[in-house]
Amino acid sequence: MTIQNKAEIIDAILARHRDKPTRLMQILRETQEELGWLSKKTLSMIARGTRQPLARVEGVASFYSFFHTEPLGRYCVLWSDNITDRMLGSVELMREMCKKLWLEPGRVSEDGLVSVSSTSCTGMCDQGPAILVNYRAIPHMSSERVGQTVDLIRSETPVSKWPAELFSISDNIRRRDILLGNISRPGDALRAAIARGAQPTLDEIKLSNLRGRGGAGFSTGLKWETCRNAEGSGADPEHYVICNADEGEPGTFKDRVLLTAQADLVFEGMTVAAYILGARLGMLYLRGEYRYLLDHLESVLARRRKDKQLGHGILDHAGFDFDIEIHFGAGAYICGEESALIESLEGKRGVPRNRPPFPVTQGYLGQPTIVNNVETLASAALITMKGGEWFREIGTEKSAGSKILSVSGDCTRPGIYEYPFGVRVAEVLADCGAAAENTQAVQISGPSGVCIASDEFKRKIGFEDLATAGAFMVFNNKRDMFLVARNFSHFFAHESCGFCTPCRVGTTLLKNCMDKIEAGHGSEYDINEIFKINHLLQAASHCGLGHTACNPMFDTLQKFRPAYQRRLNSLAFEPAFDLDKALSQARQMTGRDDADAHLKNTMEVKA
Amino acid sequence: MDRKLKVATTSLAGCFGCHMSFLDIDERLLDLIQLIEFDRSPLTDIKHCGPCDLGIIEGGVCNAENVHVLREFRRNCKILIALGACAINGGLPAQRNQLDLRDILEEVYQTEPGLTHGGIPNDPELPLPLNKVHPIHEVVKIDYFLPGCPPPADAIWKFLTDLLAGRTPHLGHGLLHYD
Amino acid sequence: MSATPDTVTTPTFQLDGEEIPFQPGQTIIQAALAAGKYIPHLCFHPEFKPHGSCKLCLVKISGRPAASCTTVAQAGLSVESEIPEVQDKRRTLVQMLLVEGNHFCPSCEKSGNCMLQALGYELGVMSPHFPQIFPVRPVDASHKEILLDFNRCILCELCVRASNEVDQKNVFALAGRGISKHLIVNSESGRLADTNFSATDKAAQVCPVGVILPKRVGFAIPIGKRKFDLKPISDPGASAGCAEHAEGGA
Repeated sequence: MTIQNKAEIIDAILARHRDKPTRLMQILRETQEELGWLSKKTLSMIARGTRQPLARVEGVASFYSFFHTEPLGRYCVLWSDNITDRMLGSVELMREMCKKLWLEPGRVSEDGLVSVSSTSCTGMCDQGPAILVNYRAIPHMSSERVGQTVDLIRSETPVSKWPAELFSISDNIRRRDILLGNISRPGDALRAAIARGAQPTLDEIKLSNLRGRGGAGFSTGLKWETCRNAEGSGADPEHYVICNADEGEPGTFKDRVLLTAQADLVFEGMTVAAYILGARLGMLYLRGEYRYLLDHLESVLARRRKDKQLGHGILDHAGFDFDIEIHFGAGAYICGEESALIESLEGKRGVPRNRPPFPVTQGYLGQPTIVNNVETLASAALITMKGGEWFREIGTEKSAGSKILSVSGDCTRPGIYEYPFGVRVAEVLADCGAAAENTQAVQISGPSGVCIASDEFKRKIGFEDLATAGAFMVFNNKRDMFLVARNFSHFFAHESCGFCTPCRVGTTLLKNCMDKIEAGHGSEYDINEIFKINHLLQAASHCGLGHTACNPMFDTLQKFRPAYQRRLNSLAFEPAFDLDKALSQARQMTGRDDADAHLKNTMEVKA
Repeated sequence: MDRKLKVATTSLAGCFGCHMSFLDIDERLLDLIQLIEFDRSPLTDIKHCGPCDLGIIEGGVCNAENVHVLREFRRNCKILIALGACAINGGLPAQRNQLDLRDILEEVYQTEPGLTHGGIPNDPELPLPLNKVHPIHEVVKIDYFLPGCPPPADAIWKFLTDLLAGRTPHLGHGLLHYD
Repeated sequence: MSATPDTVTTPTFQLDGEEIPFQPGQTIIQAALAAGKYIPHLCFHPEFKPHGSCKLCLVKISGRPAASCTTVAQAGLSVESEIPEVQDKRRTLVQMLLVEGNHFCPSCEKSGNCMLQALGYELGVMSPHFPQIFPVRPVDASHKEILLDFNRCILCELCVRASNEVDQKNVFALAGRGISKHLIVNSESGRLADTNFSATDKAAQVCPVGVILPKRVGFAIPIGKRKFDLKPISDPGASAGCAEHAEGGA
């Protein structure tokens, strides 16, 4: 490609986004899709185009895992590395793929053809092991599919020409309730809202006791009311509606299914919110892993515009102007945190803001903003149609409505289960085909949630007991719960944004500690270190990521301590690194292999 | 005190500067010698450490021999003290950690002009260097740390007298130094 | 809850049992430092908006941990700072910063005037405790007046903020994520010499550690006479948080 071609491509992308620095994420993604990777020269052109310092653009590009500032193979294969993928054999399959391609994981092949590495959970846990090839999802990886993809890569077949069945993603809806069973027509909720009026509709939302489905459980009605009452500021006072579809919590994939099966209901919820707040722009922040949903979602949006459910004068109601844009994330779990998500939408590094002020008063571009989970907005649309009273009768006193669970792991029927709140873990296990007597643990709400053991299976899903964003990972008696926690420790170290000291350094220290124990060099000393770091993370971290990053270790140490203890080598301290390996370079350079050229890691204790 | 406490000292990947600073406690050595006697130490020339109350380590771990000596101290000493910057964070020798050991050996013994190009020494008598230099607490458990490059004589004196008296050593402002 | 029902008097909160007056809008650390009471900090600087990243200013407010630089003071709050539980955590934070970078004090021109080092002394940090990460961070000596030694960077972003807000040059920015986060320079070559940076920039004055150093003036003050040789960082007057004062006229 000539430099001139390159400049034309970048100029076209910049023009499409009106050179706006707030569109930086989308500009970077589209540029990378065209040019393969983001060189310093490319970033420099984008910086000039968006009139911001190069270093700031570099800072953004290097923050997100899916942006590449080093040359990348023409085929970029990423293996989803959630524990559920591992339980389905992803590690062995990835090794097989690398072997077939004569490739080291993480390295680009010498001919620049392909790279194979791993990425955080891609949200395909019910149909894993999953991969992304040039950011398109392929589920159900097997030896056969490894062979097939390797052949396609070797023959340099463009990904757009790969057999469609490779990319076929199933919804796997196993139990429907009010949301997934919704059969209303697009526009029904909007008509109900307009007929009722903005304030009365908000009153219904408040009456319903709807609480945020992202896990924190804040009252949706209160959030909307605070935002509605907040004044926009500056020359362009606005209110904004943001749908959080970042769904990065490992083991969670219900938003993917909601956006596939009930996209209208979600967009309807956003539009109702806009009606109440007087917002004119809504943004769906969709995780980069779900890139394949774009065509489907854009077609739904286009239809809705055609049917006057979006655009100017919605349903001929003068002054009701609202439209929705789709923004992609680029591989950063932290952007699920609402203020980090807003930063990302503004074209910045996804670092959580200091709060207060909260987004409801100062959010996107400093204006009052609501950020709601996909499931919350879909529920709000239902409430608008059927009323708050109807909704609060479903579920429990403190947890109104239904909850969609993403079930994966050791069960015969993984997939999507929607229940009224209050369902017991044991009932879910029975429904998904996980025999209670063979099940030792369930990870509720992903790594940042809670790990419960078999004596807790009578506990209930709900804000009063087990609050959850939806992940429900099942582990049978043969699973090693230490390895589960170790996988999660790697996840948090990879996803820490690095803003605050305790999380930036602490998550890496935890990861190293777990690797040390795994390598057989652990002792009680290391267990104590984990508890010590846990205390610090809980007390001093900037946001929820740091607060919860030690949960997997803490829970499994409480409930599955023998899984750690049987790995501990001795009561005494041992080095974290392999001493004999530390002599490897010198051995190689001197050619020595005598007894003195080796070291044991364990210190012999005096008899 | 019934018996004198046995103390061993050694310098691993260090410059003996901490030992020199120890000697800088000057005439207070005479007081100290009433309370302690030295086992293995550059001061005594005893080659191997016997059972001791206190082991004092200067320098970090940069080669296989350092590991053996450090472990000998750990096996024999009830209390082990890291003395000085190198023992505590690798110090000056750890500045090589920015480079690959292979590159270092190659440049020093093979490519650097003006050398006899005798190749990389491989005599079994010579301890092999580790890929990286490590602080001693990464290799064995260390009970106390006394920073400084070197720690001032007064700090060493305060630290040891506290320890010998059974107090947790405490260095106030002016005695605690990282340089 | 305020000390006196008289509404004319300045409101106060309690810091370790002492009444601290504050102006509405001030954060706890701002009020405390103004009243001559020291709370440890690294990324906080009185001339800049509180940042809240280093977390050294951790305190307990009514039993709950919080960063005192970003928490707005309210009348009647009970703030605990110099209690063992909080000091232990601060010590661990300093140790994390020490193992994250390459801090070889004996060779550093900032030694004796360095806030990280002085905080280590203040908190009695005797060792880095954790295994060293030993990151590879090459220095940038390209600029004719200023040396950049990234090995010592604690990612407080003071230079980023100063260059952006005061100098309006945007010479510095952060790149990478998590433990790989690092300071970068705004030029295509990545070298400081190719930016419009100047030794008189505010950004050249604010580094609390030894990353941004003027060339040819190092080690001007003998050991024993440097800022934190003379006074601990908690000493009133030494604790203003202004790193340029910490230069001690160097």
